[in-house]
Amino acid sequence: MMKPAAFEYVRPDTLAEAVTALDHDDARIIAGGQSLLPMMNFRLVQPERLVDINRIADLERIERTETGLRIGALTRHANAARDPLLAEHFPIVAEAMGHVAHVAIRNRGTVAGSLCHADPSAEWPLLVTLLDGEIEILGSDGHRSAEPSEFFLAPLVTDIEEQELVTGVHLPLPAGPSGMAFEEVAQRAGDFAVVAAGAMVRMENDTFAEVRLGLGGVFDTSVRARALEGALTGQRARAEELEAALPLAIEDLEPNDDLHASADYRLSLVPVLARRALIRALHRATQ
Amino acid sequence: MTGKARITLTVNGEPFEAEVEPRMLAADFLRDELGLTGTHVGCEHGVCGTCTIMMNGVSARSCLMLAVQLDGAEVQTVEGLGTIRDMHRIQEAFHEHHALQCGFCTPGFLMTVCDILESLPLRTDAEIRDALSGNICRCTGYDHIVKAVRTLVDERDGAAS
Repeated sequence: MMKPAAFEYVRPDTLAEAVTALDHDDARIIAGGQSLLPMMNFRLVQPERLVDINRIADLERIERTETGLRIGALTRHANAARDPLLAEHFPIVAEAMGHVAHVAIRNRGTVAGSLCHADPSAEWPLLVTLLDGEIEILGSDGHRSAEPSEFFLAPLVTDIEEQELVTGVHLPLPAGPSGMAFEEVAQRAGDFAVVAAGAMVRMENDTFAEVRLGLGGVFDTSVRARALEGALTGQRARAEELEAALPLAIEDLEPNDDLHASADYRLSLVPVLARRALIRALHRATQ
Repeated sequence: MTGKARITLTVNGEPFEAEVEPRMLAADFLRDELGLTGTHVGCEHGVCGTCTIMMNGVSARSCLMLAVQLDGAEVQTVEGLGTIRDMHRIQEAFHEHHALQCGFCTPGFLMTVCDILESLPLRTDAEIRDALSGNICRCTGYDHIVKAVRTLVDERDGAAS
């Protein structure tokens, strides 16, 4: 039998009420609950106060901004996967959501929940890292925003303070027509990724104006393969150039051994998934 | 609130009102408070899928929700699908294809199929297997379950089976 320990339940209707409710020694936010409730059932987490933000209006909206798209904190994975705005500007999101757990969990789990849980193998941290997203945070001192490199500190650790919550994430549109692709290897459908790779390629004439490669499962947080990105920018946009740069993808990575895969195996997957993602992104960029 | 919370909800079309401790899981509420034991409890941490219910039109794991979060919700459990004399078409298809052995996982599969028949194209058997991947059958009767769902998808899409 696994049941949560007792807690005080608070269900704010507004963001202001939520911030007030978080003014407590041991409060936790519940969004979709798909990571938090298993930990509470196991009693790995026993908050004294649970702040349920599911009734706060307008947190599930996806909207166009001047420079990109804003995704509300409570956007469910399933809704992100079928959102027309995301499909138009970031089709990689729907592709990645196909790898997130299972149908019932996608119906309930949220974007902000995945970001705040900060599993280094999870899809949303990788997407936001790849797409240079900006994470919007509200606290008792007002709004602030954080880049992924500031937000994700270590496995399951973010720079969110006790009285803060994520209200959404902003994804800036690429500077021009681009192609993107997502690749993942997991032991079974819906399992956490052993390794995941996301690529974005933007071309001008026949050269790479911008290449991005994001990786999950190979470091304490999602990371960008900056050495590879730098080497490819300005090169002729061809598969041969991508191929030649692949060894740079594993630079500075520090994967861990765990139950699911050895560090060596994870490293060996990186060039394979990087190649698949980059080639498909290049192909899409040229269409 | 520190004590019990009052919730109102609809389960299988019937309105309910109850007082629940905030830490009570939705699965335990359905089983122990409402007596709807068709919703099974297996792993209690969101892995096995046997506690799957429909909530506000989409599937959800009732071991990863609190009863208090069902306040205002429309819930459907396996009891709301059909009866032995008057089975739902999904139950008939499972029956026809022998898509259950011990039956422990079956309520979860049935509720998942309710969702995916509405929400996914399921063009190939690989897509059906992917959509069912959140439900575990320890008798490993997956082939028959996939066949049952294939029949239902073909009926839905008007294809000859």
